[in-house]
Amino acid sequence: MSAFSWHRFIAVLVKEFVQMRRDRLTFAMMVGIPIIQLVLFGFAINADPRALPAAVLSADNSVFSRSFVRAVENSGYFRVVSRIETQREAERLLAEGKVQFVISVPENFSRKLVRGERPVLLVEADATDPAATSNALAALLTLNQTALARDLGGSLAHLQNGPPPFELRVHRRYNPEGITQYNIVPGLIGVVLTMTMIMMTALAMTRERERGTMENLLATPVRPIEVMTGKIVPYIIVGYIQVIIILAAAKLLFSVPIVGSLALLSVVLIVFIAANLAVGFTFSTLARNQMQAMQMTFFFFLPSMLLSGFMFPFRGMPEWAQWLGEVLPLTHFLRILRGILLKGNEVAEILPSLWPIVAFLLVAAAVALRRYRETLD
Amino acid sequence: MSADAAVIDVKGLCKSFDGRRVVDEVTIRVGRGRICGFLGPNGSGKTTTIRMLCGLLKPDSGTGTCLGFDITREAGEIKRRAGYMTQRFSLYEDLSIRENLDFMARVYAVPDRRRAVEAALERLGLQPRAGRLAGQLSGGWKQRLALAACLLHEPQLLLLDEPTAGVDPKARREFWDQIHDLAASGITVLVSTHYMDEAERCHELAYIAYGKLLVTGTAEQVVSRSGLATWTVSGEGLFDLAQELRHQTDVAMVVPFGNVLHVSGVDAAALERAIARYGGRPGLQWRRSEPGLEDAFIHFMEDVREAHR
Ligand SMILES: Nc1ncnc2c1ncn2[C@@H]1O[C@H](COP(=O)(O)OP(=O)(O)OP(=O)(O)O)[C@@H](O)[C@H]1O
Ligand SMILES: [Mg+2]
Repeated sequence: MSAFSWHRFIAVLVKEFVQMRRDRLTFAMMVGIPIIQLVLFGFAINADPRALPAAVLSADNSVFSRSFVRAVENSGYFRVVSRIETQREAERLLAEGKVQFVISVPENFSRKLVRGERPVLLVEADATDPAATSNALAALLTLNQTALARDLGGSLAHLQNGPPPFELRVHRRYNPEGITQYNIVPGLIGVVLTMTMIMMTALAMTRERERGTMENLLATPVRPIEVMTGKIVPYIIVGYIQVIIILAAAKLLFSVPIVGSLALLSVVLIVFIAANLAVGFTFSTLARNQMQAMQMTFFFFLPSMLLSGFMFPFRGMPEWAQWLGEVLPLTHFLRILRGILLKGNEVAEILPSLWPIVAFLLVAAAVALRRYRETLD
Repeated sequence: MSADAAVIDVKGLCKSFDGRRVVDEVTIRVGRGRICGFLGPNGSGKTTTIRMLCGLLKPDSGTGTCLGFDITREAGEIKRRAGYMTQRFSLYEDLSIRENLDFMARVYAVPDRRRAVEAALERLGLQPRAGRLAGQLSGGWKQRLALAACLLHEPQLLLLDEPTAGVDPKARREFWDQIHDLAASGITVLVSTHYMDEAERCHELAYIAYGKLLVTGTAEQVVSRSGLATWTVSGEGLFDLAQELRHQTDVAMVVPFGNVLHVSGVDAAALERAIARYGGRPGLQWRRSEPGLEDAFIHFMEDVREAHR
């Protein structure tokens, strides 16, 4: 026997091609995934997010404060979405993540400005994701020199010389030092759960089919809901173990502050894990073999990773990508995760992000149960 | 046996895959406590029919009941009371023998589960190896395990798809003894097989080919319905003789069995005339004999094949 025979090599090669061609889905995925990657990386992702939502809390309605806000908007990084009256509203908007910045113009701002007392203008930033805010803040800090240039003419012209006419103070909330790990490490909980939960359930069911044990299972009186829940619960436990490991590492290795309630987090976890398991279950009813199940998992995981705000700032993406992101449970889970861990959010503040996950779970579970066949056809 | 006591009672079952009829108007009735052998060539639709009986496949058309429950609407009730042994091993290869039995016992909510499992292991003679993974068992042992698993919940109806494929003769005999015991206790059995000796051990037979049910009845009825007349011939030069006989139009089949040939024909008188020509050859002993089940089945099959052309 020769060490390498062309005949035998060709035999294997031809067989592989035939098998590859037969598995249409795999073939489609091999073409589809690069296209998705191209679209997502090429069009959706933007590490320099602009037009970030900001709220203005103005206690001084003057030409100066209006000019400043206009200048802020003109920088391109900010978009004033609401004008608020109280500090409480400001807190709420930041906690819920509705705005990225709150610009507070203090009382008597214009009077002090005119007197040359250099009043303080406060900008609070939601810095949970430092990448999302850093460019905007850098742009902001140059504004106190230039924002009011046109308004300071005539008798006020002297204010343009010397130090800036007012002081800009920036509060980086929730993550004052702008440590990236504070954002990434908790986010990993969501990413790891998405990956393993979907893959595990997708494989668990397709394995039954591929190994032929499905026929026996279907011939027993066991009901779809029993199969589904029975298969899902072990992975929920696995999911919790993963979360505990990551949380422990976050605390011990990366000193991520854990401000909020872990009890609340564990309740949200159930919903999030269940949503992912339902996706996995749906995939398992679609995939004909374990290979396809893996590919479907990847197909779901890739956009989850890129469009959820885990790797790149959510608000940096074009609108269509944000809409896609809003559908994904990971997007909302990341908001809740950051909310609870870094901002100390309570039930009321996470509800706006929780119900989309619940809705997703219901739809996915309905699809899975509909697709699950009690027969072999 | 009263007509309404039939445990399997299905009429006109049809099933197509990708536009191809693989089960065509199959009607089967099996009474309580009867063993019905389900025979037919490969791909004739046996497995498909059995799957329709236990609710694993929805028939395209046709109706019927198993154990008095409608096969399409009350499949759940049938599943609870029937035991289905699949043709291909479908227990978990990565579970041990005991774990597999335990799983099945739980799924069927078998009362006193532990004892039932231990009893099943004992019957199998697998108690010392109960911890071994099912995937490591030899083919024959897998079959035996699968049978034990589908008997755990004491089903009233057994649907066995080639349960003895690859099982050694002694185990096969034990298996059939067990089947007869079960039938005597009132359990109804539908068993598909390719073995003629097993067919002869059934109370009744159903023969299917190309999706069509060709004959039903006892073994004798099936043979007599074939209308075959058979002669056996032994002696010298059988191989050449067989070649010559095959060219005779009145000879339907020439089948060598060891040192004898079975020569069969549909018309007994014509067959006799045809072989009379060879009767005088020296060294040949001709004897009138009874056609076997196998002769009958092969004859039926060739008949439909003609019709299919
Ligand atoms: N899921 C399926 N999809 C398409 N065709 C199928 C499917 N299952 C069975 N068939 C076809 O239906 C026909 C009958 O198959 P079936 O398994 O019932 O035969 P069988 O009588 O059990 O054969 P064997 O003796 O080899 O077990 C075959 O031609 C087979 O190719
Ligand atoms: Mg079969």
